[in-house]
Amino acid sequence: MNWRMVSPGRLREAGILGMNHRNVDLISRLNPRRLYPLVDNKLKTKIALAAAGIAAPRLIGTLRTQHDIADFADLVGPLDGFAIKPARGSGGKGILVIVRRRGDNFIRASGTEVDLDTLEFHVSNILSGLFSLGGTPDVAFVEDLVRPDPLFRDLSVEGVPDIRVIVYRGFPIMAMLRLATRASAGKANLHQGAVGVGLRMADGQAIRAVQFSKNLESHPDSGAPLKCIAIPEWDRILTLATRCADVTGLGYLGADIVLDRQRGPLVLELNARPGLAIQMTNRAGMLPRIAAIDALDAADFRRPPEQRTEIVRRLFSASAPPHV
Amino acid sequence: MSAQRSRLGLYALVGVIFVLGLGHTVYRHLYFDVPLIPGQPNVLWNIEARVEFFAAGEEVEVVLARPPPQPGFTRLSETGASVGYGLGLEDKGPYPVAVWTKRRAQGLQQLYFRIQVMRSHLPWSQRYIAPPPPSRPEPMEEPFATAAEALLDEAYARSADSASMARQLIDALSNTNPDQNARLLLDGFPNVTLAELIVRLLQLRDVPAATIQILLLEDGRRRQTLRPFLSVWSDDEQTIFPLGLNEEEATLPYLIWQATGGSVLDLAGGSRSRVTFSMVRAENRSFGTLPLSSSARQGWWDFSIYSLPVAEQTLFKTILLLPIGALIVCVLRILVGIRTSGTFMPVLIALALIQTQLLTGLAGFLLVVSAGLLIRGLMSRLHLLLVARISVVIIVVIGIIAFFTVFSFQMGLFEGLKITLFPLIILAWTVERMSVLWEEEGAREVMIQGGGSLVTAVLAYLAMTNAWVQHWTFNYMGVQLIVLALVMLIGNYNGYRLTELRRFRAMFEK
Repeated sequence: MNWRMVSPGRLREAGILGMNHRNVDLISRLNPRRLYPLVDNKLKTKIALAAAGIAAPRLIGTLRTQHDIADFADLVGPLDGFAIKPARGSGGKGILVIVRRRGDNFIRASGTEVDLDTLEFHVSNILSGLFSLGGTPDVAFVEDLVRPDPLFRDLSVEGVPDIRVIVYRGFPIMAMLRLATRASAGKANLHQGAVGVGLRMADGQAIRAVQFSKNLESHPDSGAPLKCIAIPEWDRILTLATRCADVTGLGYLGADIVLDRQRGPLVLELNARPGLAIQMTNRAGMLPRIAAIDALDAADFRRPPEQRTEIVRRLFSASAPPHV
Repeated sequence: MSAQRSRLGLYALVGVIFVLGLGHTVYRHLYFDVPLIPGQPNVLWNIEARVEFFAAGEEVEVVLARPPPQPGFTRLSETGASVGYGLGLEDKGPYPVAVWTKRRAQGLQQLYFRIQVMRSHLPWSQRYIAPPPPSRPEPMEEPFATAAEALLDEAYARSADSASMARQLIDALSNTNPDQNARLLLDGFPNVTLAELIVRLLQLRDVPAATIQILLLEDGRRRQTLRPFLSVWSDDEQTIFPLGLNEEEATLPYLIWQATGGSVLDLAGGSRSRVTFSMVRAENRSFGTLPLSSSARQGWWDFSIYSLPVAEQTLFKTILLLPIGALIVCVLRILVGIRTSGTFMPVLIALALIQTQLLTGLAGFLLVVSAGLLIRGLMSRLHLLLVARISVVIIVVIGIIAFFTVFSFQMGLFEGLKITLFPLIILAWTVERMSVLWEEEGAREVMIQGGGSLVTAVLAYLAMTNAWVQHWTFNYMGVQLIVLALVMLIGNYNGYRLTELRRFRAMFEK
């Protein structure tokens, strides 16, 4: 194990946001506790986003009681692909993705074949709280399968790649692409072994790729090169994240956005306590960007999301470091 | 910005709390002479009296004398253990006794009486131990009566009071080369101890005297018997003469077990009775170390815990140590960035470690948690609901503890019994959390968080058992306020954690 450290002075110089700083100055000041249920419950998020007209994977149906499980077969009957999710699962727990069918059976994203009984048992587990924090009874919902843009074909194993955008006081300030790996078992969390690719705020170009705090040139499973990635529809993605901040009222928010082959950018879920590893994928600290936003005119904070996104793209185009 | 203003308010509050705490500390030191340096630890003696006899198959009554209140000791607790017997601790009679009774008993019987006393200048009772009621001695026969009179006359002439007269008699009778009168008496009463002989002599002159039974206190001794000492009363003063001790024994402290010359053990319904004693010495700092003069001056506004009964003091002192543990957790989590499982679980583990001692506690903890994890792993396929799952883990943990306790006792490892001091619910929650963590994040995370918890617990234990820390928290309530101020200050720290200096290192690597 390597115990080498850097001095706090160097971290401060680079503008790195630390855990204590995030908790004291961002989360506890900008994210009132009462707003948490909206983001901690994916179903509530979904309903709120739909009401605001924000694009998200289509909700097929909800299952609230064990009795509802009887309707499950009818619910997914017309669908080829879908995802079953617990409303309050954290860290991607309890999410089961079906990509296609074979006869009466279903094929999961990992390629394994399961039957209807297995799916119903999974829903039952969700309802009894197996995946929710503290084991409290939960609600399951079924949503449309996201079919990722062909661009991502070789970039993610078992899971859909998503784009995490940090939104500070209504302005997107940092973004990264998260790619599931075999090591992360299809999950998109960096500490579980997913690959993070930092993205330039100006144009959505890759900055560098990181896995387990180490630089990467190519995807560890597929070998696909990572440093020439450019995210299409960048403007729409940033604006989508910005609108999420407006809907939730959270001053420090992580929006997870996927690029669907047909529908374009869709909001997958929101996070009131986004992590700090994004700074490493960007090779940049968040503090200078926070300071830049704080220095804006009060009038700028009242502009519509599209204009705020435009401000950000201009603001951070110069500060974006060159390709690594 | 409003953030700035609220932070100023916080600093002001922290400042006020800190100054209050420091002020109270200084005030207590200057005004009440509470020492800044911890004193010597208190010496505790755990003494067990074992009564053995053969019951005759009828109703049984056993009366065992208990140590009376005496200067130099404070009694902390008394218990009796004996299967099937009724036990009463009586203080009403001429001297305190423990009384065991049973309707019918047959064969070898073993009864236990345990007492914990503390060497103390704080009085258990300053009550002076009263002389026994005067007993009219039977007159001695000739030629002993003449010899006794001669010895007593000589001793009387050479002494000023009862005590010095007793001293003269002891000298005359324990002389390696006794004179003719002394020789005659010693030879005439061969079955009587020296103390008893002198008591008989003194009673001839109506000097209140008795043979009292004392227990020599020596760490780790087993199967000891009581020693007869001579006690003489004059006016309001009792003088005790240790008799028949060798040089080494004469340096030992002793506890008066029977102070009035009565019997130590009375048995009805049995025979061949005997009582033996074993004892263990312990040191403890959690009892008052203040001189009586300073605690007597304190009022309620000084928040002194020494105004509480001793048993409550011990409980309260544990509570007073908790903020120290909380401070350690704050430092390690916020400043260092150690990850623990459950925020304050390490403090609870540390509390248990105080009871069990460090190494025994750690070994027991690891043993129970790993055994629990194993069983929880087997159980995870059953998909039980959370509350039921935790309950199952609690029951399993109790089973594991019972097994290890009995097993280690059978192996002769008395330390194994201390495992029961761990809070069960905490252990069960630890097992549950760790196993969920194992399933979700893998073994590595379990090692990180479990290791972090243990490191934190050990550091908290070291802080909470430190003599200085204990002295300061027990004697200066102001320290609690200072700790509060520190915790508030740490809670406002928004700089980097020590672990982040390593974590973000990757930022600067090519």
